[in-house]
Amino acid sequence: MTTTLITGARLLGEDVADVLVEDGRIAAIGATATAARHDVVVPADGLVMLPGLVDLHTHLREPGREDAETIWSGTRAAALGGFTCVHAMANTNPVQDTAGVVEQVWRLGRDAGWVDVHPVGAVTVGLAGTQLAELGAMAASAARVRIFSDDGKCVHDPVVMRRALEYAKAFDGVIAQHSQEPGLTASSQMHEGIVSAELGLTGWPAVAEEAIIARDVLLAGHVGSRLHVLHLSTAGSVDIVRWAKARGIDVTAEATPHHLFLTDELVRGYDPVFKVNPPLRTAADVEAVRAGLADGTIDTVGTDHAPHPREDKDCEWAAAAFGMTGLETALSVVQAAMVDTGRMTWADVARVMSFTPAAIGRVADQGRPIEVGEPANLTLVDPAARRVVTAQDQATASLNTPFGGMELPGRVVATFLHGRATVLEGRLVEHEGARR
Amino acid sequence: MRHLLSTGDLSREQAVTILDTAAAMAATQAREIKKLPTLRGRTVVNLFFEDSTRTRISFETAAKRLSADVINFSAKGSSVSKGESLKDTAQTLQAMGADAVVIRHHASGAPHRLAASRWTDGAVVNAGDGTHQHPTQALLDAYTLRRHLIGLHGGADPTGRDLDGLRVAIVGDVLHSRVARSNVQLLHTLGAQVTLVAPPTLLPVGVESWTADVSYHLDEVLAQGPDAVMMLRVQRERMGGGGFFPSPWEYTRGYGLDARRLAQLPEHTIVMHPGPMNRGLEISADAADSPRSVVVEQVANGVAVRMAVLYLVLSGQDQTAGDLVAGQIGAHA
Ligand SMILES: [Zn+2]
Repeated sequence: MTTTLITGARLLGEDVADVLVEDGRIAAIGATATAARHDVVVPADGLVMLPGLVDLHTHLREPGREDAETIWSGTRAAALGGFTCVHAMANTNPVQDTAGVVEQVWRLGRDAGWVDVHPVGAVTVGLAGTQLAELGAMAASAARVRIFSDDGKCVHDPVVMRRALEYAKAFDGVIAQHSQEPGLTASSQMHEGIVSAELGLTGWPAVAEEAIIARDVLLAGHVGSRLHVLHLSTAGSVDIVRWAKARGIDVTAEATPHHLFLTDELVRGYDPVFKVNPPLRTAADVEAVRAGLADGTIDTVGTDHAPHPREDKDCEWAAAAFGMTGLETALSVVQAAMVDTGRMTWADVARVMSFTPAAIGRVADQGRPIEVGEPANLTLVDPAARRVVTAQDQATASLNTPFGGMELPGRVVATFLHGRATVLEGRLVEHEGARR
Repeated sequence: MRHLLSTGDLSREQAVTILDTAAAMAATQAREIKKLPTLRGRTVVNLFFEDSTRTRISFETAAKRLSADVINFSAKGSSVSKGESLKDTAQTLQAMGADAVVIRHHASGAPHRLAASRWTDGAVVNAGDGTHQHPTQALLDAYTLRRHLIGLHGGADPTGRDLDGLRVAIVGDVLHSRVARSNVQLLHTLGAQVTLVAPPTLLPVGVESWTADVSYHLDEVLAQGPDAVMMLRVQRERMGGGGFFPSPWEYTRGYGLDARRLAQLPEHTIVMHPGPMNRGLEISADAADSPRSVVVEQVANGVAVRMAVLYLVLSGQDQTAGDLVAGQIGAHA
């Protein structure tokens, strides 16, 4: 295998050191690396080296909605975004609620070879919220599922949620909840507040998220289980998670790039590219989510990359699908919202986009420190670059980025997956043996 | 005025221009021959994704009195009901050469999408979108208010005037009402003071940011002697299990306009309703048929206001043409 010397990068945005990559691992760092024999040099002066990013929240849409995305196209987008590992959400068709389906997704991910794909298992059969799926079988399968979620739907029944939390303890699983009280959000279209009142769009109130999070942290505390709160979006949710952590409850929480950056004011033009669930909230909520991410109340950034075919967005607001793509913009948005504002360091970015997500997902060979002997899952980002996002230029098969036309900071220059470059000079590196 | 999507987009000057133009149009309608050659050769499409015979007929009459060609495109019995998208429909109309598209849609914001998307080059006139806006209804309400209440004591010609100082109560299902949203914005722009009256469940979260006062008590508001009381339609489906109010009787007791409440109002106060009325629910027959009621006149004024709007969007003018005011409306190429 090729031996690669990456020169001049600032590791986690701190000290400059050369890094030697050999046999899928970091073989040397610093003077030893510089002096070592190598086949290829990747010059990285001025770039920041991060551990390969890990997403706990990716909708790859295959099987079932290959018109929106495939594992092939979605994982290529992930590599371009600096990811080396994604967790594929369970709301496929068929649903990822059996060992057979999760193993299929896992294999397709391996065959494509762009990132490590870890399927998320459904909590309930068919995401219907009534009967537990075979969590144990999915955990024991080749896919080794550890994260379970009905994402897109809330596990609303408190008894089902309690059982799922308890049952997952047997294999160190975690329940990742899409927190949305269904009755309070019937036919909801956007955040309920000043803008929805004016636009005449049915509101999705903050309380519908907060009520479920409050219930779930109490349930998790009661049965002593792990809970992961997906795409937390309101100031009140941040407070509840902060409170729960102070009580010692084993809860982790996720924020999405869009909830760190965009507000409900964008809905005023009725462009469904801004339609997402949970919805874009107010500027005060964005500020609270940023503060929560900076102070550690929120543990991870997950993309909630949700591709949709054009016809599902090229229509009136009410008819449009919920969701935004995000794999290829996540790091730039986090840089803009958190790093360039002075609220987080690059080491903090590594924590929320790699170390902690891998730890939550119990992924042993991802989200590791940049140290000798560790797997060479690495990302090089140029923080000084600026780019205008163009939907058509992205690798995802869908166009529904909310950042189209916006200038964002930062660019992923290179990504290494177990020592092999998947991206160099900002472009995908095609590899032999890749199977669609 | 390129499109008419929301009353929130109108300046005071633009709104007054529309009202003055409507007055000029109304003057021509008193003649024996009502038809004007103004929009000859232009095509107006009525694109109705939601049933509303009243509004469609009003727009159709307005367009025909201006000699425009009218195409009615309704969801019932057309490809729209077979799942054709707004986009495809709009492009079909574009191919037919629509100069203006009058759109009624159940989805809030659909007219904005049509105007912003370039699916059609035509002027877009919002004829009611979801629970968002119904700008021509608000304009005809403003026109009716101005005709009855401005220059009230001097009998002066209201042309050029706004609604400065008028106090208007809007009563009922504000939450689901595009008429309320359009009126709150327009009447405020024109200088009127609006008070919304409804049970708290029928007011949207966020209403505190609107340019209107809010009350839960109709009798208190009526006691202040408003110049006009606008009753909103309340749909019977809004009650029942987990509904917005406990029963129709409780609603009527609290928020219905009946003979007793009517008698409390100052003599000059007018009663309005956008129709269709639920007699016995939000308005009693006594109130609906009283001499104070201008409900029938609202319908007639609707044609004049829609003539004005079609004229202004299709002539690309923002000001009342002098010839219009003089009642000699010529053809615009
Ligand atoms: Zn979700």
